[in-house]
Amino acid sequence: MSDIPNDLRYTKSHEWVRRANGDAPNGTVEIGISQHAQSALGDLVFVEVPEVGRTLSAGEACAVVESVKAASDVYSPVSGKVIAGNGELAAQPELVNQDPYGSGWLFRLQTAAPFDETSLMSAADYAQFLADETK
Amino acid sequence: MGLKTALYDSHVLQGAKIVDFGGWEMPLHYGSQIEEHHAVRRDAGMFDVSHMGVVDLTGGRVREFLRNLLANDVGRLKIPGKALYSCMLLPNGGVIDDLIVYFLSENMFRLVVNAGTRDKDLAWIGRHAQAFGVAVALRRDLAMIAIQGPNARQKTLQLLAPAQRAAALELPPFYGAAFESWFIARTGYTGEDGFEVMLPSADAARAWNELRTQGVAPAGLGARDTLRLEAGMNLYGNDMDEEHHPLESGLAWTVAFEPGERDFLGRAALEDLRRAGGRELVGLLLEERGVLRSHQKVVTAEMSAGEVTSGTFSPTLNRSIALARVPRTSGAAVQVEIRGKLHAARIVKPPFVRHGKALISL
Repeated sequence: MSDIPNDLRYTKSHEWVRRANGDAPNGTVEIGISQHAQSALGDLVFVEVPEVGRTLSAGEACAVVESVKAASDVYSPVSGKVIAGNGELAAQPELVNQDPYGSGWLFRLQTAAPFDETSLMSAADYAQFLADETK
Repeated sequence: MGLKTALYDSHVLQGAKIVDFGGWEMPLHYGSQIEEHHAVRRDAGMFDVSHMGVVDLTGGRVREFLRNLLANDVGRLKIPGKALYSCMLLPNGGVIDDLIVYFLSENMFRLVVNAGTRDKDLAWIGRHAQAFGVAVALRRDLAMIAIQGPNARQKTLQLLAPAQRAAALELPPFYGAAFESWFIARTGYTGEDGFEVMLPSADAARAWNELRTQGVAPAGLGARDTLRLEAGMNLYGNDMDEEHHPLESGLAWTVAFEPGERDFLGRAALEDLRRAGGRELVGLLLEERGVLRSHQKVVTAEMSAGEVTSGTFSPTLNRSIALARVPRTSGAAVQVEIRGKLHAARIVKPPFVRHGKALISL
């Protein structure tokens, strides 16, 4: 079973979102791809993160993760402005494979307003979603 | 459910990610494709290639038949055991398949053909074999394991009876020989030294496990693809197919136009195409970060368009490399369109890597 931390929220396209300031309605969030996603992609060899300052809408394709075999888009789970991209990944894309919820994070957003969490899943819901998907 | 080789259960037991490949359920990797790639370049790795078709051709006129069927000339095969790489062509020059042919005796040659083209190959070969009285037999009873890497031959020898080891070690490159029920050839698809072993399916799982005990790393189709591309070797269906002839696929060296009196299927068409010039298959090195992929558009210095036929990330070079079919161009600098943006790339002469060493300047 994939490793799915309880303190994160998840999307159907296998991104995760971490609130940097607890349950505040807006603020800073960190975004990456799930353990399931990195495992399905295989060894990553190239990661492109969004530029700082770019404004993203929820659902917008904004990053690319490429394994030896294929390229895959990453979609922003929420709307906001990019305040950081993970610069380490240019030289070490494998960090996403090794530590998808930690040093393999992709980018951070400043959310403008309370964001709609209805499209985001809890860890339990995401676990169920994965189970249903692989049936 | 797809077809399974005699080693399918071994792959599953070793944690392989299984994918469909030409109708076969084959291992893509056993955890890390890149580590498997490095194992082959630095030590020894093994691939289950039992999905490929082993086809034995027998009859008094088999050499004459193959000199007509294949674009390369089996007349060059003088010593039993010697192998030759060739394309098999349609009359219009399109490539039906690429294959290895082994000269076993004047009455018997052996072909190894691709899995995805096996059935159409057999139909084509069978149709032309009749006139020469040649019998065609698909060897479903055989499995095939490719053991590749600088230490591959030494490790494989440990599976043989001591009396057989010297003979196996002395096999020159591109020769094969029978060792009781096994046929061992010093061939491969990785740019490294090694063996390809054809053996009874019933022996396959035991041999696979003994090779693991010798420290040979199981490697999947993913590593097989990055290794062959670094070695500058074509993949049927990507780099050539029925719509593309050998001369625009980097395979002119496999077409034997001499002796001129030898008539082979596709010859007349290729002679016309040779005079016409046209496109060529080249190697590409991406100068920027990113990954080249098949079907990406290539723009030459003259602003004419070509296409990437195979692209990947090269684990040995830590850069992206590709084969691409482009109009003949004057300069080495080209651009490749990746997700709507043009990126600088350089035309280089494959192979990119051989025997563990980079052959191009980065």
